[in-house]
Amino acid sequence: MIAVDPVLFSSLDPPRLAGARCASCGTVTFPAQAGCAKCAGTDLARVELADHGTLWTWTVQAFEPKAPYRVPEDGFSPYGVGYVDLGDVIVESRLVGDPAGFEIGMPMRLTLLPLWAGPDGAPVVSYAFQPAGGST
Amino acid sequence: MSTEVAIVGVGLHPFGRHDPALTGMAMGAQASRLALADAGVSWADIGYAVGGSNVSGKPDTLVGVLGLTGVPFVNVRNGCATAGVALATAANAIRAGETDLALVVGFDKHARGAFAANPADYGHSDWYGETGLMITTQFFAMKDRRYLHTHGLKDRLLAQVAAKAFRCGELNPDAWRRKAISEDEIMQARVINPPLTQYMLCSPSEGGAAVVLASGDRAADLCERPVRLAAVAKRTRRFGSFEVFAPWLPPEAGHSPSVDAARAVFTAAGVTPADVQVAQLQDTDSGAEIYHMAETGLCEDGAQQELIDLNETAPTGRLPVNTDGGCLANGEPVGASGLRQVIDIVLQLQGRAGARQVAGQPRVGFTHVYGAPGISACTVLTA
Repeated sequence: MIAVDPVLFSSLDPPRLAGARCASCGTVTFPAQAGCAKCAGTDLARVELADHGTLWTWTVQAFEPKAPYRVPEDGFSPYGVGYVDLGDVIVESRLVGDPAGFEIGMPMRLTLLPLWAGPDGAPVVSYAFQPAGGST
Repeated sequence: MSTEVAIVGVGLHPFGRHDPALTGMAMGAQASRLALADAGVSWADIGYAVGGSNVSGKPDTLVGVLGLTGVPFVNVRNGCATAGVALATAANAIRAGETDLALVVGFDKHARGAFAANPADYGHSDWYGETGLMITTQFFAMKDRRYLHTHGLKDRLLAQVAAKAFRCGELNPDAWRRKAISEDEIMQARVINPPLTQYMLCSPSEGGAAVVLASGDRAADLCERPVRLAAVAKRTRRFGSFEVFAPWLPPEAGHSPSVDAARAVFTAAGVTPADVQVAQLQDTDSGAEIYHMAETGLCEDGAQQELIDLNETAPTGRLPVNTDGGCLANGEPVGASGLRQVIDIVLQLQGRAGARQVAGQPRVGFTHVYGAPGISACTVLTA
């Protein structure tokens, strides 16, 4: 298993997202960035983000996007997209699960999202959130 | 002591889908010639030019077809806010005394379908685009959903705004979409990003728009009814505002650049939002028109339900918004879109808006653009 971009994760098993926290003002960014968007501080350290939160807003990507989106090998099918409030930071994410059940405020938990096969055949993964009550 | 700046001529190459061989730049040239003719001046009289295009070439190339007069020509590329920024740049040149006559032009010719953005252009890494998160229409849908939820507004409001746009398009001979569409048909149309259906989103299109600006003294000589550019303001985003192409947000909410730009422009113009008699708001989707009404101060958050239910934002209402059909009925050639807004307001203030003319000789107009990655430009125009 390979992360689509190592900057996103502090660990893949179990899945945990990585952000950065500003030493001056406590702002948490995702992904980690070198400068603070709030106070212009440059002392930011990598932190592990919560693996659960609540759904802040959502939609469904119903049409196949143009490149640079990479269409899965088995073809495009609509997918959920949302923002999940993790307390320190609200992160944008692919959503897994039936959109008919999505509601602002519902509990969500982190999971991995298989994307495509890497150069050596290993699966490349990103992150997603799914309703906390759902099965993996 | 700031010099007065007025709009003395307008020109529009209608927005829509045109002959594949017609370039964006050719539409910009035509709009420029129409604006010069409307002002009764020639290209050689223009002492400063500003042009905006997102994808259709370098605007200053236009001198090759308009005439090689040696005029200083600034190119602007600020997403959907391009034309607002171009207008501000030209107005400042007049106020600085560089010229007393300036041309502002915008044009674009976009391919069909939603825009595809390059992550690196916005400071993001490849994963953000490849995993399907960097799509403008997703943002529109998610900001709409959050806004409607927070302020207790109904999803159907999105269809009401779109239906109003197409009714305005029907009244506007230059509009792209000139057929009224019922709210039910809009609600039941193909879902793009829920809660948005295809008719609730504007389409990238093609077109050009231009205006001629003059200093106050010159304007009085040139034009019977010059429209005063009372103020123009532009702002970028603040910490905590919910913006397009944002992988994260802080939990503490901040206000959008539209709020800052609108406050600044009203202060500079010495008028209040309550004085506005006709407005143009960025309606990239119908939800954007709804929340931009509040972000610009034209109404309180949540007040849109009643205003729209009572048709107050139609040309016949108390607060007419996007009387030419806006982006929804005209599509969006990004570089020209903000100038289309200005042209609609100028025509309204001069009483030459035809079938969509707002009654009662409006004297105060307002325009607002918003674009990626979180920029806004506003104007106050007065008769």
